[in-house]
Amino acid sequence: MRVALFVPCFVDQLAPAAAIAALEVLERLGLEVEVPDGAPCCGQPPANAGFATAGEPALRAFVETFATGRHVVVLSGSCALHVRAHAGALGADGRRVAERTMEFCAFLHDVVGLERVAALNVALEARVALHIGCHALRGLGLATPTERMLPAHNVVRSLLETVRGLSFATLDRADECCGFGGSFSVGEEAVSTRMGRDRWRDVREAGASALISTDVSCLMHLRGIDRGDRGDGGAMPVWHVAEVLAGRAALVASTPAEVAARDVSRATDSPGGA
Amino acid sequence: MTRPGDAAGGLVEPSRERAQRPLPVLDAHGAIDHAAGAAAFTADEARTGWHDGALWFVREKRDRAAAMVPEWEALRELASSIKTHTLSRLDEYLVEFERAATARGIVVHWARDAGEHNRIVHGILAARGARRLVKSKSMLTEECGLNVYLAARGVEVIDTDLGERIVQLRGEPPSHIVMPAIHLKKEEIGATFHALLGTPAGLADPDALTAAARVHLRERFLSADAALTGVNFGIAETGGIVVCTNEGNADLGTALAPVHIASMGIEKLIPRARDLGVFLRLLARSATGQASTVYASHMHAPRPGQALHVVLVDNGRSQQLGRADFWGSLKCIRCAACLNTCPVYRRSGGYSYGATVSGPIGSVLTPGLDLHKYAALLFASTLCGSCTAVCPVKVDLDAQLYKWRQQVTAAGYVPASKAWLMRRLGTVLADRELVQLAGTVARTALRLLPARIARRLAGAWGRTRALPEAPTGSFRDWYRTHRPPR
Repeated sequence: MRVALFVPCFVDQLAPAAAIAALEVLERLGLEVEVPDGAPCCGQPPANAGFATAGEPALRAFVETFATGRHVVVLSGSCALHVRAHAGALGADGRRVAERTMEFCAFLHDVVGLERVAALNVALEARVALHIGCHALRGLGLATPTERMLPAHNVVRSLLETVRGLSFATLDRADECCGFGGSFSVGEEAVSTRMGRDRWRDVREAGASALISTDVSCLMHLRGIDRGDRGDGGAMPVWHVAEVLAGRAALVASTPAEVAARDVSRATDSPGGA
Repeated sequence: MTRPGDAAGGLVEPSRERAQRPLPVLDAHGAIDHAAGAAAFTADEARTGWHDGALWFVREKRDRAAAMVPEWEALRELASSIKTHTLSRLDEYLVEFERAATARGIVVHWARDAGEHNRIVHGILAARGARRLVKSKSMLTEECGLNVYLAARGVEVIDTDLGERIVQLRGEPPSHIVMPAIHLKKEEIGATFHALLGTPAGLADPDALTAAARVHLRERFLSADAALTGVNFGIAETGGIVVCTNEGNADLGTALAPVHIASMGIEKLIPRARDLGVFLRLLARSATGQASTVYASHMHAPRPGQALHVVLVDNGRSQQLGRADFWGSLKCIRCAACLNTCPVYRRSGGYSYGATVSGPIGSVLTPGLDLHKYAALLFASTLCGSCTAVCPVKVDLDAQLYKWRQQVTAAGYVPASKAWLMRRLGTVLADRELVQLAGTVARTALRLLPARIARRLAGAWGRTRALPEAPTGSFRDWYRTHRPPR
């Protein structure tokens, strides 16, 4: 099966380790992965700030880049939702792309299947807290939100349950927003920061030793808060789901000495599996 | 002190004069600066935690109550459909309501706006020489600024809902549409009662304070010339109204006074009596986690010797109904579940919004009145969508916030610097080379600059957050090396 992987602008530039991990996971699952050299962004940042017209060229570029027939796997719940919700307004190509665009975890769960993910045979000894981005959660339906009275399901947790040694901390507020919210994080800095700190308190009180998320954007905010408050020594490791499934979670640790592991020039090349 | 589903509110700001309060914060042009108000609120960290916890407690009660109803999601869908249908032919249902109500001896009035509403209410009181009005909580009269209007004309207005009475004694507006005094601690209420009702100094026991309020209010009930209530549901088929309360204050007021005036937003209609059960099952559970309100009072005719007036109020609702993207906000039954679940409301408080109705529903109702003044409310959200998921009538609140944002920027009501930045950002984000260039600059700065300097350059992002550890290159750099084109 051929898939196109979309690495959002900020992940590409500031968190390449998550993207490398996602690519490795998809390759090990036997997929023929291409990361097209076209659109760098889906246009969400200006659109959510009220400037959808300013973000439209980026969204158009996204549609053009991914117009050909294959699965489009997006390494961000928020970006995936933006494409699915708004690309359709750009015409027939947009509608087609919107339908085929899936968030990374949703793609693994719904298209690849848990059995094949389990065959990745990953192990990680950790008690983790799970933070599903709000757009992945309520927008894309990756899990049942606590507000809804529907049968419980959680795509992300199901994927992570295939990892040997992993256990899950039970948060007091399972799906409270972390307070990132794009331009909200700077425009409403005080509430954004408070939300981030409250999230961390919940994670620590639940006895977690690491935080795993579907969204690098949430993690950049949360990790920034945690390192800001506790310094590099006291901050908790954070991982994208892809890093865990790629077996890279142990490498990407929080201490400065281990940050070198994030250094993309040292990242080992692991050719596609199967 | 809870009072689910108060009568319509939100569309026009009260003219009520408020006591000197720090919130909301206004900018130099008189617009609400929500971020500044929220910063002032969160500056008291302990109190912010307490406020957040009090509302989260209600949200969790709501979760447990909703979980006990197996058909909860079907009920939401049904309620949404009934409201959608009603709004699609609101004109016809309003006329049907008027006809049926009139046939039952109810006097129906039509008020185009807040001013007309206030004049009608005052006219009814003046015709009878009524000087003392007891009022069961009604967000619509807050919206219309009725209390100030009547006070200026020599009518004493006593709010009889406990929470509402507390804030009235303090000269404050409600900070929440169901729990008007949720921002206050019991010690603060004790101090207010001590100063104004003569309770012992330091008395902060909720039961004792409630008992004191009961004695104080009982005198007012007995001496009232008229009673005013909001309306939770007007039934077009029967011409009757339904008022939901927990304290029985609406019933006591209307049972004793010779005239009952019910102020009702025109969107409160439902077509048939048999539709009511759908909403009663949703309202209290969504609002406070109760299976039902303590009282659901049906008023279908004046009792013998009494006059019953219903004032139908538009006040911007027709205009909202005409907005293709926002008419759905009129489905709202004022349960306040969206406030209780909103992570921003919980941490910024009702006053930071500067609107009669705060929280997510207020942020989609209020901008239609004055887009410039309320522009900031649209950005007081992470678009997390919890409001939409919790809403018992399926108002798509986060989608409406997104659409309002587009309108507010098109109208030019955002700082010029932000507009400029966003347009440049749009250009950069459509161009891979520019994104790569920006990324290279950022990574280089992160590597070379001392952390303190870098954080300062990052502005509001860097004030409370450490900046990301800089990778040496982008994913694209890595990809070109490690996955060269075949």
